[in-house]
Amino acid sequence: MTTVDRILGAGVERIDGPAKVRGTAPYAYEQDPGEPICHVAVVQSTVNRGRITRLDPTAAEAMPGVLAVLTPANAPRLGEGLTSDLPVLQSLDVHYQGQIVAAVVAESSEIAKAAVGAVAVEYSAHEPDVVLSADRPDLYAPDQLMAGFETDSVIGDVDGALAAAAVTVDATYETPTQHNNPIEMHTSMARWDSDRLTMWDANQGPHTIVNDLMTAFGLERGQVRVISPYVGGAFGSKAFTHPNQILAAMAAKVVGRTVVFELTRQQMFCLVGHRTPTIQRIRLGADAEGRLTAISHEVVEHTSRINEFAEQTATPTRVLYAAPHRRTTHRLARLDVPPPTIMRAPGETPGMFALESAMDELAHELGIDPVELRIRNEPERDPERDVPWSSRNLVACLRTGAERFGWAGRDLRPGVREDGRWLIGTGVAAATYPARRRKAECRITGHGDGRWTVEIDGSDIGTGAWTALTQIAADALGVELAAIELKIGDSDLPFAGGAGGSTGLASWGSAIVLTARDVRRQLDERYGGQLPADGVVVKGEVPGPSPHAEDYSMHAFGAHFVEVRVDRDTGEVRLPRASSVYAAGAIVNARTARSQFLGGFSMGVSMALHEESIADERFGHYVNHDLAEYHVATNADIGEIDIHWVEEHDPWVNELGIKGIGEIGITGAAAAVANAYWHATGLRVRDLPITPDKYFRDAPRRTAAR
Amino acid sequence: MDTEITLLVDGERHPLVVDTRTTLLDALRERLRITSPKKGCDHGQCGACTVLVDGRRVNSCLVLAVTVDDAEVTTSDGLAAEGEHPLHRAFLDNDAFQCGYCTPGQVCSAAGVLAEAKAGWPSTVTDDLTAEDVDLTDDEIRDRMSGNLCRCAAYAHIVPAVAAVAEAEGVRR
Ligand code: FES
Ligand code: FES
Repeated sequence: MTTVDRILGAGVERIDGPAKVRGTAPYAYEQDPGEPICHVAVVQSTVNRGRITRLDPTAAEAMPGVLAVLTPANAPRLGEGLTSDLPVLQSLDVHYQGQIVAAVVAESSEIAKAAVGAVAVEYSAHEPDVVLSADRPDLYAPDQLMAGFETDSVIGDVDGALAAAAVTVDATYETPTQHNNPIEMHTSMARWDSDRLTMWDANQGPHTIVNDLMTAFGLERGQVRVISPYVGGAFGSKAFTHPNQILAAMAAKVVGRTVVFELTRQQMFCLVGHRTPTIQRIRLGADAEGRLTAISHEVVEHTSRINEFAEQTATPTRVLYAAPHRRTTHRLARLDVPPPTIMRAPGETPGMFALESAMDELAHELGIDPVELRIRNEPERDPERDVPWSSRNLVACLRTGAERFGWAGRDLRPGVREDGRWLIGTGVAAATYPARRRKAECRITGHGDGRWTVEIDGSDIGTGAWTALTQIAADALGVELAAIELKIGDSDLPFAGGAGGSTGLASWGSAIVLTARDVRRQLDERYGGQLPADGVVVKGEVPGPSPHAEDYSMHAFGAHFVEVRVDRDTGEVRLPRASSVYAAGAIVNARTARSQFLGGFSMGVSMALHEESIADERFGHYVNHDLAEYHVATNADIGEIDIHWVEEHDPWVNELGIKGIGEIGITGAAAAVANAYWHATGLRVRDLPITPDKYFRDAPRRTAAR
Repeated sequence: MDTEITLLVDGERHPLVVDTRTTLLDALRERLRITSPKKGCDHGQCGACTVLVDGRRVNSCLVLAVTVDDAEVTTSDGLAAEGEHPLHRAFLDNDAFQCGYCTPGQVCSAAGVLAEAKAGWPSTVTDDLTAEDVDLTDDEIRDRMSGNLCRCAAYAHIVPAVAAVAEAEGVRR
């Protein structure tokens, strides 16, 4: 067999595409459990912190069609070791508003929902404490951040360098609470067959969910199967187990029937996590030529009382620009909020808004083109770890993007371009995201007739993994695409970590490549390079991070260029066009990769202009908890988007030289929009989102500036 | 309260008993297990549940099943009854989706947009409200498709997908 390198990189059409456009690809609730399905609906706490003092399910229990009402008084006891909000219905204590305090199981969804209204609950409660501020006395430094990052980093004498700098920027940026809101609501359908549990579920990796179900119900690995071949978006909220999986399994066990728990959109705002709000103070010091001498990035964010989720917000500042003196810090407040979780590029997304806005402010102070300022501060090596880059092409992205966008000759002055009632501006920002690899196992079966089955518990949450992994397998085995049958999204398949941290393709693809190499070696050694008539089965794995991860700093980079138009009378913001260029290693599928970059960037535009979950200070809930009030970008909000990537060969990251592309698109995008908004209006909005009211709030400054 | 109705879905008649509170979306998904239309909000806010009722696009989560007794309901799956629909091909050609969960709704909505354009209906971005012919420009498509949220944000690919079919069907110059 020889390697045929013809499928990787090609824009192969999605193999799951025809079923998805028709709507026949079965998402969680759409699977056939083999028997009629009962429905779960939940009663949720109306207070943020307190205790249930009365809970009367009798009226609900008496309703025809109600099979059970589960409460903390009668719910089965769950195993020890569940954390955060997973011990569902195990106590009378309330830790956040929206916590499940009772659950109805009924013959139909209509009956279940109606019965929820018949459950009477009373509480004793504290006043809610939901407002984050930078001067809270209870801010604390967590032991470490998510993904094992250090809480703080200090190099050199930042304060001294700032005092001595020719030019400085000192500004505070704020990003609000945001909610992932995949369009498929979190859904779990559970069926027990004696002591074996099957769950059809919307998640980013079945193995993660299995572990928590084993803990909750005292099961062995072989007793739980989680099946998730199609997932309707996730963006982080479906990465970890949430109360829905635990409750669905519990309810099915109690009634002895298949049950489904499909969250409502409103419940998506409290039961499945959110992105923490942030308050970020950035201080930059530079010499007169724009070379940074000091960077300081201090982050304040929140977590809940029942989990510590310490988002790594300032970590991009540790890698993006050179400066001899540097400092990053993270402080948390524990509030009466639901547990926060990961949302697309946790850390980088809010952090890059602040850093890349501040760089734009510095460019203005210096009178330097913001593209040029970034190029002047390009570090030769990772500026904090002091190791070389495995590959880094930020400058190429900036130059290529500038050319594609038509940046040359841009007037640096803000607020001077008009077209009728529209104020016009352009902005730039960099993007970055780490390239990692995780442990994954794989099984490849060669059938005597030339067909191949490739099994791995990977996950396709819309990324295109179904197609890209099939391409990788075909290339690695040296066969046609049609010869590959891929199996993913099932915990009975060989172990793999979930789709998260942009590690999916890098990890699962590497496992497939390594296993396929072993297949070919075995065929060569034992069967003269031919597939024997009775086939072969080979198991393999990738053990974990790249062996070069200690010696090299591994990151993808990118650059966004956007044009913004602001209505001078209404403050309405439009985004007619953008160019977004990436250096993210090898691209496996040009078609689906383009969609990933586009989706990430567009979500960043949505973050810049629309997204904000507003907590009511008195009543403690998110007041805009649905898609009519929590605005996300619609079709009319997104203009012409030019997506491009530069060639990049990285021999160190993994077997395929790929860096992961699901998250980098959103990083920096909001800053590019805010920078363009400033260029259009002269108004620097440092608190997202840039809604029309802020145009009027800040307009006096604009008049003063003119 | 239960009521007997007949739903005509994708050319097939389905006699069934529904709770009078049952929406068309739940009648399809939960009673008939026709799951091409998706539920993304249940409140008319996302468009994932879009189907065609007698040729017009509706959010099926906002329609009570008892009100469409004997009406003709078409899902995205039903559009493919006679083989691949041009909109399906265009969505595939343009990779106009990622997770695919909003997609059957987008496709039905696009079918509705094409029919509305052929009937000469203007939109909020149409310059000349009295014009006989509608030209489905990119801005017209963006506006008319904005009732269908896509959290994967495939919008910039949905526009050329709809444009391709609009051109083939003579409602785009
Ligand atoms: S489910 Fe009907 S509009 Fe969202
Ligand atoms: S394709 Fe995922 S929501 Fe549109």
